[in-house]
Amino acid sequence: MNIVVLVKQVPDTATERKLSSDDNTLDRAASDGVINELDEYAIEEALLLKEKHGGEVTILTMGPDQATDSIRKALSMGADKAVHLVDDALHGSDALQTAYALSKALGTLEFDLVVLGSESTDARTGIVGAALAEYLGLPQLTLAGKVDVDGQAIRIQRATDYGHDVVEAQLPAVVSVVEKINEPRYPSFKLIMQAKKKPVAKLSAADAGIDTALVGLGNAATETVDFAPAPPRAAGTVIKDEGDGGVKAADFLAEKKFV
Amino acid sequence: MAVERTLPTSEAQDLLDLTRGIADKELAPRAAPDEEAGAFPRDVFALLGRSGLLGLPYPAAYGGGDQPYEVYLQVVEELAARWLAVGLGVSVHTLSCFPVAAYGTDAQRADLLPDMLGGAQLGAYCLSESHAGSDAGALATRAEPEPGAVPAPRAGAAEAGPDAEPAGVPEAPGYRITGAKSWITHGGAADFYTLFARTGGPGSGREGISCFHLPAATPGISADPPERKMGMSASPTAVVRFEDVRAALESRIGAEGQGFAIALAALDSGRLGIAACAVGVAQAALDLALAHSRERHQFGRPIGDFQGLSFLLADMATQTAAARELYLAAARRRDAGRPFATQAAMAKLFATDTAMRVTTDAVQVLGGAGYTRDLPAERLMREAKVLQIVEGTNQIQRMVIGRALAREARTTEGPAGR
Repeated sequence: MNIVVLVKQVPDTATERKLSSDDNTLDRAASDGVINELDEYAIEEALLLKEKHGGEVTILTMGPDQATDSIRKALSMGADKAVHLVDDALHGSDALQTAYALSKALGTLEFDLVVLGSESTDARTGIVGAALAEYLGLPQLTLAGKVDVDGQAIRIQRATDYGHDVVEAQLPAVVSVVEKINEPRYPSFKLIMQAKKKPVAKLSAADAGIDTALVGLGNAATETVDFAPAPPRAAGTVIKDEGDGGVKAADFLAEKKFV
Repeated sequence: MAVERTLPTSEAQDLLDLTRGIADKELAPRAAPDEEAGAFPRDVFALLGRSGLLGLPYPAAYGGGDQPYEVYLQVVEELAARWLAVGLGVSVHTLSCFPVAAYGTDAQRADLLPDMLGGAQLGAYCLSESHAGSDAGALATRAEPEPGAVPAPRAGAAEAGPDAEPAGVPEAPGYRITGAKSWITHGGAADFYTLFARTGGPGSGREGISCFHLPAATPGISADPPERKMGMSASPTAVVRFEDVRAALESRIGAEGQGFAIALAALDSGRLGIAACAVGVAQAALDLALAHSRERHQFGRPIGDFQGLSFLLADMATQTAAARELYLAAARRRDAGRPFATQAAMAKLFATDTAMRVTTDAVQVLGGAGYTRDLPAERLMREAKVLQIVEGTNQIQRMVIGRALAREARTTEGPAGR
């Protein structure tokens, strides 16, 4: 079973994240790039499926040159090879354009399954998996907390507010995962060394057959018109217990509509 | 605060990144609770093994990482900075692998090293005895050579029980080992013991000692309950007993009588590991004290702005940086194939004394809070103490250095004194 894992490089959530004031897109120089956390779960699930069913795991990343670091990291977890979709024309693409571009890049690959994290920690639209499946005309199995493959059938537990649904489809399919699905492994030193020699194919928009009139900031369906940093956290309320602390705490919660 | 390191290769940089990631996520959160509970983190060693961190300075052909000591030791330092029990455990394990890696036959290496370096097997190093500590050459554990080939009993069908040995397989002569080893890190938790025992007669001195590699499951090997130590409670230290343990000839590493030389060679390298551990502990204490000195305000200012503390922190940082450079200088000599035993002793001495001083000062910077068990300062101070004692007390290190100085003076002395 050949699996493609979509890996996005995002700014490290542990560092300060900024948008660039020129065009309201992400300022990638402002913070370190890391693999989007949920994508690590996607990689782990793909590796587990490979260990069980054989085949190859390919990483597909769309992003600028520096995304190479995240591709190497994904390869050092154990993926076999990678495709890097990189083109200035893609800069500023929104979620729908990203899904379109990824669908075209996937068109150059042979796969039975596409796995991705259910959302990214930067834009957090959470729609790329669903939009991608539509572009590809494939079944979408989103928010998977468990994946089982049996022959051509794939069955997932879809995480819901009330527990989970069991959803089944036929391969090929697109699966997005949530973090309860597994515990991503650490790379090993040996795999880190091997990763340096694993093939990473660069793909331009033209190579992938992407119509550049449909992608990029200028052609995006959505536009970020303004941004503001989160306001600094206000000081908390201190309740001093003078025999009526419980009542005051309850009043506070009622006032804030918590109870 | 991440230490800025100069590393020789990009792969070493990747290795240190991997180490920091594991240390921050898997070691740091568990150090305090597991030390409090005295719980040995065997699972952490399994993870380190899977990640390739338990055989770094050994050949890749046997599952090692092919890394120079300069790089391996910085990995140990990063681990020890989060949790000494793990950093020291990695150093002791690496020490325990040294005899097979450096003195084993090709067959022994091919047979034993993959599991040892791959992390499936955790090691312990059995040299000290209750009456042979600094004077390790006086050890009394006996490995009695068996006379000639012992034919296996040819059991008749009538007497053969279910446990009878397969008939007709002759057993090659080996050794019968009896004795007890003290202060054994991983005693009772290890999967194999690297043992030094006397194959020569009583009074055979240092030339009568041989080295053995024994699986912990060998019949006759047992460990006492762990010692109740001042610190490092998560790392078991115990007496390991050998009662009429049969060791096959193939379990001997190196020639008969070569054991003491092997033990000392292993310790030269092991001391560098202890020095790296000490720098990690000192760095952790410095980071803690520095952060506290910025956060804590008295008289309307961060306490670190007062010269009294600022100078103290400056000394702590300088000594820690100097200790790091000293162990790295010794490591680079080793990596270049030059003699390094004296430099290793200097690094061990200076780094562990530095760790003691810096951790004590860190408690002082934190004041009353530093003396409580709610913060790690007091734990680091208790941990630092053991490093001045293990793998040669600092008095022994001074002896090693002093002897080397005298030797050097003798060889450079001409008739006119120069």
